[in-house]
Amino acid sequence: MIDRYIILPIIAQMFTAVLLIFFWRKVVVQRIISVLGSLVVLVLSIGLFSKTWHWGYLVMQAGNWKAPFGITFVSDAFSSTMVLLTGFSGLAVSMYSTVGISRQRIQYGFFPIFHFLLLGLNGAFLAGDIFNLYVWFEVIIISSFVLMTLGGKKPQVEGGIKYVTLNLLASVMFLTAIAILYGLTGSLNMADLSLKMATIHNKGLIGVTGLLFFIGFGIKSAVFPLYFWLPSSYHTPPSAIAAIFGGLLTKVGIYALIRVYTLIFIPDTFTKNIFLIIASLTLLTGAFGALTKRNMRMMFSYLIVCHIGYLLGGLGMYTTLALAGTIFYLIHDIIVKTTLFLVSGLIYKIRGTMNMDELGGLYEDYPKLSLLMAIVFFSLVGIPPLSGFWPKIYLFRETFTTHSWYLLVAMILASLLTLYVIAKMWGDVFWKKKPAIEKSTDDFAAMNWRSKFMLVAPIALLVFISLYIGFCAERINVLSERIANDLLHPKPYIEAVMGPKEIISPQSN
Amino acid sequence: MELLLLILVGVLYATGIFMMLRRSMVKLLIGLILLGNGANMLIFLLGGITRGKPPIIGDADKVLTGIYADPVPQSLILTAIVISFGLQSFAIVLLKRVHALIQTDDLNDLNTPDTSI
Repeated sequence: MIDRYIILPIIAQMFTAVLLIFFWRKVVVQRIISVLGSLVVLVLSIGLFSKTWHWGYLVMQAGNWKAPFGITFVSDAFSSTMVLLTGFSGLAVSMYSTVGISRQRIQYGFFPIFHFLLLGLNGAFLAGDIFNLYVWFEVIIISSFVLMTLGGKKPQVEGGIKYVTLNLLASVMFLTAIAILYGLTGSLNMADLSLKMATIHNKGLIGVTGLLFFIGFGIKSAVFPLYFWLPSSYHTPPSAIAAIFGGLLTKVGIYALIRVYTLIFIPDTFTKNIFLIIASLTLLTGAFGALTKRNMRMMFSYLIVCHIGYLLGGLGMYTTLALAGTIFYLIHDIIVKTTLFLVSGLIYKIRGTMNMDELGGLYEDYPKLSLLMAIVFFSLVGIPPLSGFWPKIYLFRETFTTHSWYLLVAMILASLLTLYVIAKMWGDVFWKKKPAIEKSTDDFAAMNWRSKFMLVAPIALLVFISLYIGFCAERINVLSERIANDLLHPKPYIEAVMGPKEIISPQSN
Repeated sequence: MELLLLILVGVLYATGIFMMLRRSMVKLLIGLILLGNGANMLIFLLGGITRGKPPIIGDADKVLTGIYADPVPQSLILTAIVISFGLQSFAIVLLKRVHALIQTDDLNDLNTPDTSI
């Protein structure tokens, strides 16, 4: 169905960002506008989701240029779910940032850039055109560069260099792949590409192009040999920024990978095997990396890498149920990883350090807050009935039907190591006696109730969503199975974009 | 013409990646710029090169007929150039900032985030 509603979450985000620029130095006004803007975007995203759920596909052709010529925006169940999750994470991080980001950083333009980042994310999820997707990726990375280095502390800019270099390299790879794809097919519209791919005889070149996309998106989503930038940069910016990065930036790479590999390239056995092997190695290296770190946020960064392996593994198995598991895991992971970094920021506010050797006694001082955090950690590990448990059932089951035994071993090991790492962290940070070397500057206790509310409420919101995912898993199952079905049977998607049965050639008209 | 451009693209990619693998930050930056230019040339090349046939519809015709130069790659390259211009200027400022902070050009010295707890 042709509908202009699809553009609203993007426009609203852009409007918020531009409006914020006008209040460059006014910190309080910026905080209010940001939270209100995020709220509006969330409401619009919910609207988009329910409309998409009802109609199946929403399509907008920019400037009314018919599909293969103009720029297309498409919202199917997958994209609208991602936009919805971006809306929730965006609102939570925006609320948290009102207190969690220092006045100085806000005066350097934190909020406008943050909203430009969310704009890029929404755009990337809704783009129906591969070059348009590239442009949105650039919007995302340039905003993330600024957020990563905002404040200009030494570790921040040093981590920033690695982050910037690898992301620029990923963009070049992505652009190269687009160039070859355009040379092969003469089209950029993803639905059109899907049709034209079948007519290309040079299968070898198609495979190579696909792998170029995989390298480009793989760097962005931090898969096995390409992830080193992530653990050395994600722990340097403030927690609110790390939360939006950890929750969404790696996931947008996975989103693009799933989109490209279900719509344009259909993976053959060779590609699937590559995915499975890389997924297993990502799971293991991420988990082992997390074992070695004593800094909470560095450990969480490695856990991001580790859990990307589940997503990639699901794509590598390439059955409906495995993809459904991937989608479910994606939904769970976005919410939980965002919360995880917000929690680490809160702990930093309370104790003034991230080093687990210097932390301790948190359960004694803040029992209620600790319980809230415990839910996050448990659902990260995947303890039933919390949200991390259900997608793993899908993924584990599908390893049996597809006989990918080494992936199964890697997944079990990664789960076990995640449990071990989180249990050790819980013991150190919450149950251990507070070490005597404590600087004991509790910023959190000194705050007024409004600041405290703004720090805890977003965590509570995300924990509530995570609990909803866990306890109403049946509904998320229905959603993710529908998405997986849509992805593996892209005919309705193509018809929605290209118009039913309409053959468009340059000579018509 | 295609062969010349092909070699040029290859040289740009190769030198770009070689420069990125050096330890100096400035060379890293030059590598990124070369790679970006290589990608742009590749789009231009793969769009198909047609000489002296602009995509302009004559007064008598309704649609383009025969062979004509594809305008899409040029608009893609234009977009890509603008984007890479922005990104490269950001990268230059960042490198300058890092240099001001740590007083060295060697990438091996950039290990504060990995070693600090």
